[in-house]
Amino acid sequence: MKTDDLVALLSTNPEPVDRSSVVRTLFVALAAGTIVAVGVVLVGLGVRSDFMTARAFIFLAVKLCFAVGVVGLALVYLTRLARPGGERAAPSFVVTMPFLAIVLLAAISLGFAPSSHWSKMIVGDEWLECVLSVPIIAIVPFAIAIWAVRRAAPTDLSRTGAFAGLVAGGVSAMAYALHCTDDSLPFVAVWYGGTIVLCTLAGAALGPRLLRW
Amino acid sequence: MMTHEIELKALMLASLNGDAASYRMFLGRLSGRLRAYYKGKLTGIGRGASEAEDLVQEAVLAIHIKRHTYNPAEPLTPWVHAIARYKLIDFLRRTRTSISDVPIDEADMIMARDDNVDAESTYDVKRLMERLPKNMRCAIEAVKLDGRSIAEAAEKCGISESGVKVNVHRGLKTLAALIARETRT
Repeated sequence: MKTDDLVALLSTNPEPVDRSSVVRTLFVALAAGTIVAVGVVLVGLGVRSDFMTARAFIFLAVKLCFAVGVVGLALVYLTRLARPGGERAAPSFVVTMPFLAIVLLAAISLGFAPSSHWSKMIVGDEWLECVLSVPIIAIVPFAIAIWAVRRAAPTDLSRTGAFAGLVAGGVSAMAYALHCTDDSLPFVAVWYGGTIVLCTLAGAALGPRLLRW
Repeated sequence: MMTHEIELKALMLASLNGDAASYRMFLGRLSGRLRAYYKGKLTGIGRGASEAEDLVQEAVLAIHIKRHTYNPAEPLTPWVHAIARYKLIDFLRRTRTSISDVPIDEADMIMARDDNVDAESTYDVKRLMERLPKNMRCAIEAVKLDGRSIAEAAEKCGISESGVKVNVHRGLKTLAALIARETRT
């Protein structure tokens, strides 16, 4: 076929294009992923029993700040990476800020505590539940994020997959925080931070397979 | 180089609003640039003009299908280059060539030269269209080949107007996938 024939075909009756659809689709995906993740936690695990106390509220707020920070920054970069060439304009080290902040706070809180408490503060009571829950809850938000990115056109598939995993991991951690009663900053830094990083690595590994177009 | 960016971007913005004449001119001029780019890349690894033409058409189709991902606040050249390069790498992977065999390039190269020696690609789109589901084929033929309005196409194909739009869009995506499979050598 001649390229001119293809050009004629494509340019006959072109539809006007909605220019905000990339960003909007990603926000819809984020909202849907959050609803699913929160729903899974409410139904499957239940809200922490001391939910209404002031102490629980403060620690829930700390965990949510960390997770929301991760999700917010990751989403900003994901909207860029979803477009062709977006990886050129996106130096993505800023997304490490919430992780650095929580590690710093964790180190400070360990510094103020006697070293005999350290292992309890880091390991907590439910570390295994956290390690399993965050990645499992992240599966559906990750699938939705991949669906949204596939509607756009990423050209750096590993990195885009990593950021989709980061968003999903952050959403999952947000939801899991509603249930989790391990209230120490080192616990949040190690197990929340670690599982979100795990989701990011899984996303990077899966990106080239899932995002080809 | 700058003038290409300005002119093509103006055409692209008009195209996004649904201006057919601008869009035709845009794709026509872009295909000349893409042809020069791909020929330059492929001759270095001993591939012919018709394979370059396959790539031009794959890239033109990709640009059409993904045109909603262009952010008007950004320059056009890097966006086009990213798609052209992505399709080149995809083609090289399919044909088991390494990207390291091909000269590296900068975004500006995509606009650097023009080539209007239009070769035939290795596939026949009319034949590939026969493999599309009935509604997709009917919608594309009515709207894109015969130039009918959406309403006329809806009546001819016996589906709703939004159904026509969806079928044209999905049909072109399916067609692009068929072409990619067809050119796998």
